[in-house]
Amino acid sequence: MATAIAAQTHTITVLVDNRPGVLARVSGLFARRGYNIESLTVSITDNPNMSRMTIVVAGDADTLEQITKQLHKLIDVHKVFDYLDTPMLERELVLLKVQSEPERRAEILQLVEIFRGKVVDIADRAMVIEVTGGGDKIDSFEKQMEPFGIRELVRTGRIAMMRGSRTV
Amino acid sequence: MAKIKSTGAKALLESLRREGVEIIFGYPGGAVIPLYDEIYHCDFLQHVLVRHEQGGGHMAEGYSHATGKVGVCIGTSGPGATNLVTAICDAMMDSIPMVAITGQVRTEVIGKDAFQEADITGITMPITKHNWLVKDVNDLPRVMHEAFHIARSGRPGPVLVDVPVDVFRAIVEYDPDEVQNIEISSFKSDFKVHKVQVKRAAELIAQAKKPVLYVGGGAKAAGAEHLVQALAHKTGFPVTTTLHGLGTFPENDPLSLGMLGMHGTAYANLAVEHCDLLIAIGARFDDRVTGKVSAFAQNAKVIHFDIDPGEINKVRRADVSIVGNCAEALEALLPLVDETQDISEWRAQLDAWRSDMPLEFNDGAQDGTLHAEWVIREIARLTDRNVVVTTDVGQHQMWAAQHFGMRSPRQFITSGGLGTMGFGLPAAIGASFGVGPDKDVWCISGDGSFQMCIQELIVATIYKLPVKIAILNNTFLGMVRQWQEMFWQKHYSSVDMERAPDFVLVAEAYGMLGLRCDNVADVEATIRKAMETEGPVLMDFRVVKETNVYPMIPSGQTVGDMIVRKPQQIEEPESTCHYQPRDTRMPVVDEVVDVAR
Repeated sequence: MATAIAAQTHTITVLVDNRPGVLARVSGLFARRGYNIESLTVSITDNPNMSRMTIVVAGDADTLEQITKQLHKLIDVHKVFDYLDTPMLERELVLLKVQSEPERRAEILQLVEIFRGKVVDIADRAMVIEVTGGGDKIDSFEKQMEPFGIRELVRTGRIAMMRGSRTV
Repeated sequence: MAKIKSTGAKALLESLRREGVEIIFGYPGGAVIPLYDEIYHCDFLQHVLVRHEQGGGHMAEGYSHATGKVGVCIGTSGPGATNLVTAICDAMMDSIPMVAITGQVRTEVIGKDAFQEADITGITMPITKHNWLVKDVNDLPRVMHEAFHIARSGRPGPVLVDVPVDVFRAIVEYDPDEVQNIEISSFKSDFKVHKVQVKRAAELIAQAKKPVLYVGGGAKAAGAEHLVQALAHKTGFPVTTTLHGLGTFPENDPLSLGMLGMHGTAYANLAVEHCDLLIAIGARFDDRVTGKVSAFAQNAKVIHFDIDPGEINKVRRADVSIVGNCAEALEALLPLVDETQDISEWRAQLDAWRSDMPLEFNDGAQDGTLHAEWVIREIARLTDRNVVVTTDVGQHQMWAAQHFGMRSPRQFITSGGLGTMGFGLPAAIGASFGVGPDKDVWCISGDGSFQMCIQELIVATIYKLPVKIAILNNTFLGMVRQWQEMFWQKHYSSVDMERAPDFVLVAEAYGMLGLRCDNVADVEATIRKAMETEGPVLMDFRVVKETNVYPMIPSGQTVGDMIVRKPQQIEEPESTCHYQPRDTRMPVVDEVVDVAR
């Protein structure tokens, strides 16, 4: 199931004015035109007047074309970039609070090591692990943690950047 | 120029003056009193006091439709602003340039559910090209000019500027020349026409054996009517128009096929069905045009001219797309097309369809009945079509589109995309302000629609506007009734408008002449009387009750499903009411058990 969706998702980077209401305009556009958002992140950029959104959407090429064109019509949107023909880096971060009985800690730490994660907090019966990577990696880390008992989990959603010297 | 100092309200009016605004339609209220105080002292602006903000919005639209200029309307905060919503949405759907100015509660109480507070920028976000809540008076002059720039540039549309009452009163020091220099780096509207695409279009045109030009409101917005006509005449290609394209190509031209779509002419729809090249000019493949998209112009290649890149491939994939001002594009295309292209076979086919399936109407000569289509045809004949026509929404609108026979763009003003009942009268008033007292504006309305903005009659009376209102009164919400008759076994649910005010008395109460006509013999005299009378006149035409608009392609279906005329009824099913009033005070025991399970 996860792979079927992954085959149809696209990552879009949108540079927008750093102004109140912009997120509502963008998310409202997706809602009213019936585009599905898988994840959306917003952050500041090196330019204080600009914010950068990374949106992961589900849909075919026609839908992506429409999304791009409709986004361009929003006055607050400066740039829309899909990574269709460009090699890209994708990263996501997860904080995962896992049940960790003392006798199973070593096992968990071993897995954390394999995923190059970090233990960022630890309590008697739980620890919080931070892992970064592509969506697939995080998915599989989650899967590995499931048998121990995931108490809580939060993912940042995807961020993306072009490889090489070019910029959005 | 040096900086000047003024209140926010005065700066707002200064921006209107600089944008060439001569008239605004509005309604005061608490949050806009400071603005109205400046209007009180203003000498370059006519303010029309409407009777409901929706009416004001539609007047601004009608004015804009008729003139091509930006319409401006004002409402106060809260209900004043929300009453504008329908008109703003209407303008969005029909690409009408409009600036709506709303008052807002004081900045310090925004978000506190203050008296008459409504988040109007939030509410209108999806129905404006852009909107602003101006919390700092220093931004106000610049925002006003940006608003006009965005409203009229590219594909036109509405914008809204929401101004808190304290911002109107605050003092701003600014350079009015400087703020007029608009630069919005993220707003692109001047798409250059791509020469290669034009060349490819010309190649497709040269290969076409069965071409059709499909012309929409975008051609009118670009002022491209002469170029559309030149293209048609040079190539000999037939032309069909959308509802908003009506008049862009004169309907008495032999190449005109009239309107296409759900209630378009049979021959226009057949032409599109069978064409091998569809040239869309400023049209957006609306569902009322296409019906079932996968079956629409199935064998045709498509050339799509549009100023909005978002329209390309939205509904129908184009083989060649030309983004940009369509006047510019057509100008580039014209020298590349050949005048000797032979499509005589196709033209002969079109002529055959036209004579086989003409638009039908009943002039009452046989049976003495009075039909709405006939009234419209008589209005057209007697006014020599030298008038502006507005309509409301429903059967009368489609009959007007079919039977009036438009001659020039901006002659026909209607609510196409949103389909807003109540649009006709205020739009006629706004249009009349736009075209001036020497040109009559005919509002063709229905008895249902007319009652939705009836309060604006007094504006026509006060300004003695030559607005002639023809209510085609069939005592039904006719279009809904038609669907119920055709697709819902004649279940006439809530469409009976028999109990209505006496429209002639209404006219008199509002201080205008009211005329009633219930006889086909009196139609001409009634229309003539209205034409001869100065100022507004209201006519109540009592037309046949249960008639349908034909041809009709049922919603979402294909040209193959087109109903050209009323089928000969062999046996009509009785109109029955299945509604059984139930005592809802006590729950039915069975249902209670059901829920418990």
